[in-house]
Amino acid sequence: MSNEHAHAPAHDDDEHNPHLAHHFDTMGQQTAAAKLGMWLFLATEILMFSGLFLAYFILRMFYPEMVLEAHEYLSKWAGGINTVVLLTSSYTMALGVRSIQLGDVKKLRLMLVLTILCGCIFMVVKYFEYSAKFEHGMLPGKFYSAHLHGYEIDGLPHIFFGVYFMMTGLHGIHVAIGLAIMLWMFVRAGRGEFNAKNYVAIENTGLYWHLVDLIWIFLFPLLYLVK
Amino acid sequence: MSTAVQSHDPHPATEPSYLVSKRGLMSWLVTVDHKRLGLMYLASVMFFFLIAGILAIALRTELFTPDQDFMSAQTYNQVFTLHGAIMVFLFIIPSVPAALGNFLLPLMLGAKDVAFPRLNLLSFYVYSVAAVFLIVAILTSGLDTGWTFYTPYSTSTGTAVITATTGVFIAGFSSILTGLNFVVTVHKMRAPGMNWNRMPLFVWAIYSTAVIQVLATPVLAITLLLLIIERSLGIGIFDPAMGGDPVLFQHFFWFYSHPAVYIMILPGFGIISEIITVHSRKHIFGYKAIALSSVAIAVISFVVWGHHLFVSGQSELAGVLFSFLTFAVGVPTAIKVFSWVATLYKGSIQYNTACWYGMAFLWTFTVGGLTGLPLSTLAIDVHLHDTYFVVAHFHYVMVGGTVVAFIGGLHHWWPKMTGKMFNETAGKIGCLLVFIGFNVTFMTQFFLGHQGMPRRYYAYLPEYQTMHQVSTIGSWILAAGLLWTLIYLVHSLFKGEKAPSNPWGGVSLEWETQSPPIEHNFHDTPHVHGSPYDFPEIDKSGGSAHH
Repeated sequence: MSNEHAHAPAHDDDEHNPHLAHHFDTMGQQTAAAKLGMWLFLATEILMFSGLFLAYFILRMFYPEMVLEAHEYLSKWAGGINTVVLLTSSYTMALGVRSIQLGDVKKLRLMLVLTILCGCIFMVVKYFEYSAKFEHGMLPGKFYSAHLHGYEIDGLPHIFFGVYFMMTGLHGIHVAIGLAIMLWMFVRAGRGEFNAKNYVAIENTGLYWHLVDLIWIFLFPLLYLVK
Repeated sequence: MSTAVQSHDPHPATEPSYLVSKRGLMSWLVTVDHKRLGLMYLASVMFFFLIAGILAIALRTELFTPDQDFMSAQTYNQVFTLHGAIMVFLFIIPSVPAALGNFLLPLMLGAKDVAFPRLNLLSFYVYSVAAVFLIVAILTSGLDTGWTFYTPYSTSTGTAVITATTGVFIAGFSSILTGLNFVVTVHKMRAPGMNWNRMPLFVWAIYSTAVIQVLATPVLAITLLLLIIERSLGIGIFDPAMGGDPVLFQHFFWFYSHPAVYIMILPGFGIISEIITVHSRKHIFGYKAIALSSVAIAVISFVVWGHHLFVSGQSELAGVLFSFLTFAVGVPTAIKVFSWVATLYKGSIQYNTACWYGMAFLWTFTVGGLTGLPLSTLAIDVHLHDTYFVVAHFHYVMVGGTVVAFIGGLHHWWPKMTGKMFNETAGKIGCLLVFIGFNVTFMTQFFLGHQGMPRRYYAYLPEYQTMHQVSTIGSWILAAGLLWTLIYLVHSLFKGEKAPSNPWGGVSLEWETQSPPIEHNFHDTPHVHGSPYDFPEIDKSGGSAHH
């Protein structure tokens, strides 16, 4: 909102800062613009997921007993492990941002590696979860065939698994994108592009990763812990 | 009439303009200059306006007689669907924000560029990819769902729904990126002294639009994604046969698409605020009221979507609430119209082409706005729902409002964008043709709809024939007016007089730089000391205003 800092006279070091784009007057203005842009982007993400959350609530309102029964077939262990893994990754990401604020590029790179590692563990666990669902025929909509594999779920479980795959699938895509961005940040950090005065890209990466974590924090109880 | 006002610019115009500062095709294809991107958007939206306009003329011509003339019912369904989808997603939504907004926003704020110039370029290419998808959909099996893609028809028809909705899904991202860029630009890129009360009203309108683009479009994205998944994997969420709910799709769709109506019209309001005040040489009446009514409309727009579902089976209570909230939109909208009229009062009105379009807007938009009231009245809507009355109403708002404002804005800023003056007499002839053609086409449709003619029918009862023919002839006049406008504007590019930096005597920042502007907009960062509408004393003799 405030404009006071936006056009303050350029500091001497700003004028020679190679990271300052031509159309900004100061690094402060550039950083503030990048951060506001990121927060707006996060708002769009939340709104996009909100459509799925709404679909979930409608489903649960229409067929409460079916949701209760179908959710028993989701692995609470896998979901729980993934929750812990993602929370840990958010912690390491936050430490990474803190490191670069203090100018410690080495520690930033270490923290990025740890965060990427956690993200990979999440994806591997997800892979095993999905494979089990595929094997048992617990698939979305018209592909649903669990009854042929000896699993009798009353009602219309194909919609539950449709929503389950939509929500966790879209979330999984976001995790994958996050991993790619962090890898890119790791490379850029190696080139010495970040320092204690120029780290908004790392901060924004962190914000994105925290949002991905946050969405999972809602998905886990809604899908795995219905009872 | 319009006399050139001397430039404020103390520097001689030695620096080359943005049009020639860099040369070659590549310098355009990878440009991050908001002005060049604005022009590229302008060319693209004009192309799609032409395509969708040709489809509209085809529809009207088919309706000249009650029976089939030259297209089958199936073709007719495809043509009206594509007319709507292209007009909405590839023309109107990007028209004012992405073309004029891109060009003007940084200039009006006194900035060198938008906050994220590379994102701006990306946004243009995302839009282009979306356009390719829609064109592929047309060239393969077409689309016959209507632009609203209602389920369950859209999940069962044999046409290219997935290709087309993917195109719209992608176009949405372009819209989000542009909106995000503009919000940040308004917050962070204003010149020194440009506080919120000194921003031109066009900026306020574009800002409100951008907020809606950012907050509403993601919901469209997930809706279309669900539709695509529903069609490809049959997850059943919208399919009653599988336990889903088709009305849920309508809620999702209109939660975006009703705010989208304001994405389309709010920028038009912004243009009219500029045109009316500059061409009447008078400070805008009710600056704050107009600025804040844009924000109010943006807020209310999110809670009225249910008026599209009055007959879809939503609860009576919901219908009553949505009806009431819809009426509430009339308040901020009326504040704007009254303020514009009050601005004209005792102004020194210069009857330029842009001003003519401003006046035309006051008539056509007001008719469009007022006919929204019977539609938001529950009991009357049951009768008028899905008739030509609705068609006429939204064309009065979208064409009579947005398109008229857009063309008016194009004339107002044409000298700034191209550096050339167009022929004023030709401009007025064009405006007259557009105004007459438009009213003949759509005024008739109010009566048709009131007498029960349903929309989207390709054959009709013989008693409607006279009015259909009047409407069709009107559409030909409208088309002639638009083609005429295209011809003299293109002609001006080659033969037009060189434009001065401030041909209409405006006082907002874009008139301070040369026409066309230099690559970085201003030689020195401008400092703002007052309102963008502080005109010098009105010169009652009708001559030019001198500074």
